[in-house]
Amino acid sequence: MDYSQFLAMKQEIGLLVVFLLVFLYDTFMPRGAQKGLPVFTTVLMLLITLGGFCSYCLAPSGDISAFAGMYATSPVMAAIKNILNVGVVIVLIQSIKWTNSEAMTMRRGEFYELLLVTLFGMYLMISCRHFLLFVIGLECASLPLAAMVALDKNRYESHEAAVKYILTAVFSSAIFMMGLSFVYGLTGSMYFNDIYFALTAECNTMLVMAIAFVIAGIGFKLSLVPFHLWTADVYQGAPTSVTSYLSVISKGATAFAFLVVMSQVFGALYSQIWEWMLYALIILTITIGNLFAIRQRNMKRFLAFSSISQAGYIMLGVIAYNAMGMAALMYYVLVYIFSNLAAFGVIGAIENATGKVSMDDYRGLYKTNPRLSVAMMLAMFSLAGIPPFAGFFSKFFIFTGAINHGTVAIYVLVLIALINTIVSLYYYLLVVKAMFISDDECVVPTFRSACSERLGLWITVGGILVLGIVSFFYSSLLDLTAVSPMNAFFIG
Amino acid sequence: MFSNILIYFVVIPVIMLAGLGLCRNIKQIRAVAVAGSTALLALSVYVLVEYLAIRATGNNDPMLFTGSWSWFAPLHINLAVGVDGISIAMLILSSFIVFAGSFASWTIQQPKEFFLWLILLSTGVFGFFISVDLFTMFMFYEVALIPMYLLIGVWGSGRKNYSAMKLTLMLMGGSAFLMLGLIGIYYHSAPEGSQLTWNILEIAAYDAIPHGWQQFLFPMTFVGFGVLGAMFPFHTWSPDGHASAPTAVSMLHAGVLMKLGGYGCFRVAIYLMPFAAKELSFIFLILTGISVVYGAFCACVKTDLKYINAYSSVSHCGLVLFAILMLNSTAMTGAIMQMLSHGLMTALFFALIGMIYGRTHTREITQMGGMMQIMPYLSVCYVIAGMASLGLPGLSGFVAEMTIFVGSFKAGMAEYLAGAGSLKLVFTIIACCSIVITAVYILRVVGKLLFGPVYDDHHRTLTDATWWERLSTVTLILCVAAIGCFPNFFNNLINTTFTPEIFRVLGM
Repeated sequence: MDYSQFLAMKQEIGLLVVFLLVFLYDTFMPRGAQKGLPVFTTVLMLLITLGGFCSYCLAPSGDISAFAGMYATSPVMAAIKNILNVGVVIVLIQSIKWTNSEAMTMRRGEFYELLLVTLFGMYLMISCRHFLLFVIGLECASLPLAAMVALDKNRYESHEAAVKYILTAVFSSAIFMMGLSFVYGLTGSMYFNDIYFALTAECNTMLVMAIAFVIAGIGFKLSLVPFHLWTADVYQGAPTSVTSYLSVISKGATAFAFLVVMSQVFGALYSQIWEWMLYALIILTITIGNLFAIRQRNMKRFLAFSSISQAGYIMLGVIAYNAMGMAALMYYVLVYIFSNLAAFGVIGAIENATGKVSMDDYRGLYKTNPRLSVAMMLAMFSLAGIPPFAGFFSKFFIFTGAINHGTVAIYVLVLIALINTIVSLYYYLLVVKAMFISDDECVVPTFRSACSERLGLWITVGGILVLGIVSFFYSSLLDLTAVSPMNAFFIG
Repeated sequence: MFSNILIYFVVIPVIMLAGLGLCRNIKQIRAVAVAGSTALLALSVYVLVEYLAIRATGNNDPMLFTGSWSWFAPLHINLAVGVDGISIAMLILSSFIVFAGSFASWTIQQPKEFFLWLILLSTGVFGFFISVDLFTMFMFYEVALIPMYLLIGVWGSGRKNYSAMKLTLMLMGGSAFLMLGLIGIYYHSAPEGSQLTWNILEIAAYDAIPHGWQQFLFPMTFVGFGVLGAMFPFHTWSPDGHASAPTAVSMLHAGVLMKLGGYGCFRVAIYLMPFAAKELSFIFLILTGISVVYGAFCACVKTDLKYINAYSSVSHCGLVLFAILMLNSTAMTGAIMQMLSHGLMTALFFALIGMIYGRTHTREITQMGGMMQIMPYLSVCYVIAGMASLGLPGLSGFVAEMTIFVGSFKAGMAEYLAGAGSLKLVFTIIACCSIVITAVYILRVVGKLLFGPVYDDHHRTLTDATWWERLSTVTLILCVAAIGCFPNFFNNLINTTFTPEIFRVLGM
């Protein structure tokens, strides 16, 4: 075996090194130095994030395939990994206060190690060219998350959430693998390319079942309706830092992996089979996510349903089925990471200081904590897609990408999505209303949040303000995808 | 980029925002607001003078002061600016109302936040009027909408939560249709083989949108902008929103923001899709015709001053859209005049109502009377605004409505003589009736509120206008009178828009 092939996996290996260093630090450092672990991990993560942007360091210089075609990486894949890395750095910064708290003393190491393992799994999901590796990545990204959800081990909800999460995760993997076995039976291969060329536009019932199972399996992780039932409970029960990780990083990685699988494995069957499945799923996801979000009073449940509907918008980038859609999807994930993490940053700061997570507790927040309220407002506006904040641009571009497809059906889909943005605006404005307009005395006293929390919020708010107006981010993603060989899989 | 003068319409508000962020007390905030709005006013007058000077040399380009800077290059999105007579008229209107509005909110609570949102709103408005790129235009349009939610929600009165939410959601609902329409226009903007574009001038020059698509995209964009123009049946946000909004916000909203709707309908829907505009105009003629009469009738039965004025706005703004749909240069000139006239006089109305309400703490006309004896200055101003509204010659309303009805009648007769039916003619006659109804509700208010016996003796102790209130109202009254006395100047300004290029595009 040619061991130089491992050089193709520079980003994965970088992450593995970080993992090992964190593990060693956690295991062998004396008690007194343990408090340094969060900062240590954050700095290391920041380093490999920076390395990922630099082609001399960790980023691939071109399209590379390794291990007999099981693994591939390219600038586009490196870009989505970098986007996830940036999100992880922000999550790590925001969680420093929480992991350094009294209750977490014994479990601090676990949080970081499990988090890095799941990230590694997501890397594999993005870069694999063979379903075996994909399944390994999927499991690697799901099972440790259940342990992370249960980290608050003295809280009842945390347990409930973990059990719910692990059961659905296992169940969805089973369904997913059922679909894969059908595919294997039909084509005799697990390689993406082989399957792609074996499935040339012949439509039979078994194939429909196979694709439906694959979509359902991944749909669980993306929490598309009707596979979303675990989402709200898990988001509510998990510790806030884990929830934010779950809602942005896990979702973003899976969305990109989903795009890769659908276009590069089942691309030939786009118009025959899965366009319509996805079409229905998107409408259901956006609409039901939005309608349920209206009634939520707990901020974490609220953001859970909002993230369900956001997943529906992200799927518009998949159904667009072109390079523009892919760029828009990646850009949407990037913006969504910043907007959602800003919201979770505020929720986490308030929860850490006072333990309050209900929307009613946010009434009149502007009077006691004006800066946190402004950050929350910007996050809500960005999620709702109000210019000049980044969310507006990401929504606009994902719609533009979808409409590029050109059929009347897509226009109708985008119209439904647009009408849904009004519903979403309503519930996002409810939060703004509670904070700014309500006359009630605020139950949250004035407090100064921790340094790390403020840093996290400054970064996310900065991102919300800059990512849209500065055209560099979207334009470079679009340039990157325009020349990517992945485009060969997009028909038309 | 900064060598283009139009950019400063956005740069100045942004500097004001930064300045407000640094302010420590109310005096500094007032200073920033006044300095900024005066600068905008001066800038718009300067642009007007320069514009007329260039036009006087025989320049016939569709737009002047054009500039274009690449923004999202792969999607051909540019930051493109340019103005013609109509945009200049709107810029002047906006800057006057922002100027007057700053004085009208002299004593507002939480001034820093209030002015931040107000200036953000004006940034959107000015940006919208200078843009010729559909994307930037739409972005500024939405920037102008969202501050309304907080301005009404925090500083409003009455059922403010309900009104603020209703207004925001309805306007954003309109912009959802608009967004789809604009993306659709983009994908059909250029003929096969040419580069797609968001630039309005280029799209109009290509004239490549297939007729079938026009019939789909025209209603999208027209309804999208029409919601903001308070077109029936999408007008219901307007009475509630205006009634709950604080004074300066009502002024800015009725005076400027509703003009975004009419301007957008003209600049995007009709200018880019003239075929569908001709084919489908009958639907919207009927709807806007209903707006005109229905709004006026509603105003007759309301007793809250702000509701009366809001419904009168529905009626007058309906007339703007009505005239634009006539596709006739006289009627369109009238429409722009009406935008100016309505903007100024409604702003004046809302300013006065705010001042009266600030003293009497009621807006019910049944609770007030004999104001002429108590606050003669404000009452006289109110009469002047009322007279402008019902179209007294010498004030702006007369000029605008006269031009509109002459133009519409011309268009209607032309249609009738060509044997294409008499819909335009019939609706012109129906819309004409609104003049009479307007007189009814204006005179009713004037008679009840200003003349007659003093209703409440507590009101006798009230004071007349302060200096900043006088400044605000005098500015607006002078403008209203200026349009009424020198209509030719405005007529010529607007006429410079109707270059041969526009006549070619619209087929007029």
